[in-house]
Amino acid sequence: MTECQELIKELADKYGRERASLLPILQGVVEKNNYISDTCMTDIAKELDLSAAQVYGTATFYSFLDTEPRGKYVIRVCKTITCDMHGKKMIIQTLEDMLKIKVGETTPNKKFTLLETNCLGWCHEGPAMLINEKPFSGLTTEKVHDIISEYINK
Amino acid sequence: MSEQTLKRVDLIFGEYSNVKYKVLADTLKRSNEEILKDLLDSGLRGRGGAGFPTAMKWKYTAETPSDERFVICNADEGEPGTFKDREILLRVPRKVFSGMAICGKVIGAKKGYMYLRGEYRFMIPELMKELEIYNDHAKMLGHDFEIEIRLGSGAYICGEESALFESMEGGRGEPRNKPPYPTISGFMKKPTVINNVETFVNVMMIMRLGPEQYKKLGTTDSRGSKVFSVSGDTPIPGIYELELGMSLDRFVDEFGDGDTKAVQVGGASGFCVPRKKFKETVIGFEGVPTGGSMMIFNSSRSMYNVLHNYLEFFEEESCGQCTPCRVGCQQLRKGIVAVKKGEKKAVYLDQLMKLSESMKLTAKCGLGQSVANSFSSIVNNFKEEMIY
Repeated sequence: MTECQELIKELADKYGRERASLLPILQGVVEKNNYISDTCMTDIAKELDLSAAQVYGTATFYSFLDTEPRGKYVIRVCKTITCDMHGKKMIIQTLEDMLKIKVGETTPNKKFTLLETNCLGWCHEGPAMLINEKPFSGLTTEKVHDIISEYINK
Repeated sequence: MSEQTLKRVDLIFGEYSNVKYKVLADTLKRSNEEILKDLLDSGLRGRGGAGFPTAMKWKYTAETPSDERFVICNADEGEPGTFKDREILLRVPRKVFSGMAICGKVIGAKKGYMYLRGEYRFMIPELMKELEIYNDHAKMLGHDFEIEIRLGSGAYICGEESALFESMEGGRGEPRNKPPYPTISGFMKKPTVINNVETFVNVMMIMRLGPEQYKKLGTTDSRGSKVFSVSGDTPIPGIYELELGMSLDRFVDEFGDGDTKAVQVGGASGFCVPRKKFKETVIGFEGVPTGGSMMIFNSSRSMYNVLHNYLEFFEEESCGQCTPCRVGCQQLRKGIVAVKKGEKKAVYLDQLMKLSESMKLTAKCGLGQSVANSFSSIVNNFKEEMIY
């Protein structure tokens, strides 16, 4: 059994093998591997007795279910209106300069992926971003520097 | 701040009673008819934005013959400018679980789910701790109603109830045709009550205070208080619990920065109200309804940029299932860009207006239907900003 198949079995034992267990299983795979590979999707299909197309359909619908390789830390910067009004562009610029990648890219050492996302629900404290599941709000250039420096050294 | 300040209410975020789950314990002793009557008398309408009478939703679900029913708490708060459900869940989760458990009793459900948006995954450890306390108390009270948390994965459309069911069933978050409504066929095609986080808290508060005292807040059409998420150009952004039925004028007096040009009421899918209409605009079901999102723009903001940002949002979040929405959102965005660049004449905006009206009539769900709200209210009120 491959590592991925083992993970899927473990997740299926925990969440069940119903169609309704598909989303928690996909989420579990992303949490562990940072993305869901094609092989992984066919393995899930086998484990849950679904067609690969059904798994692919669900996996590709959700923006947090990444289907291409991502870094260990996925940074999602909110681009919706209030964060945009309160300086999102500068936050993106700072992140691009620090990580030396553009939005949508992953650092060569596979540590960081930089993405934009829709409303994160921190409109009163914008600009805001998520690093994996952890939210950071009230961002300034200095604050981003501190946060990312810490993650670089992690 | 103006002298005539808005009445702040402390119902939802008010303290718990000393005994854990006391209101739930008391309510479980009452008959379903009594509970429904109190809810009906209270005039409670759904707090997600659409405002369907809660008592009726519960009654219809209870009356649909079925071997199984479900209670779902919609915590997929994704409307731009809304963040109240997170605060409620962080500060008073027990009130939410109590409301769900009361619903479980009334409709005869044994299982409840909370569908939490993926962006709030960081809250899971805290919520699980609270959930354990609830599940223990429910057992102690002999109430056979278990609650489970499900997580979304970053899709705005899953806040639409039938898309949420699809998502929970492991599918793409694509809305279903209505009817049948969830009261007949919801999660797993079973009769389902799906309510917003805040609605469940209100249920719990009505049980605690009784409908008469609850009704003292708000207006005839909009009973009770409402949690507002205030953001944008304001010196005091944050969460506020206010009475429904206030005028936008008074709201802006209190929350604006003195230079307010427009307020977006109800998020990107709501309405943009320009300064000249503040006085006549009432916030509530009789005027402009809102799920709580209030975004304030001052005169330094370009309303073209605001609209462009909304349209980009809708274009990305449209599930793509029906053509009016999939193509419409895209064409509206491209259209305003073309007008702004001078590639299209200003009269082209009229055609775009017609397109947004068609979307209102023909899109399958609330997402596509409501794009016209912000589109027409911004284009009509700030036409010169769209062109020059």
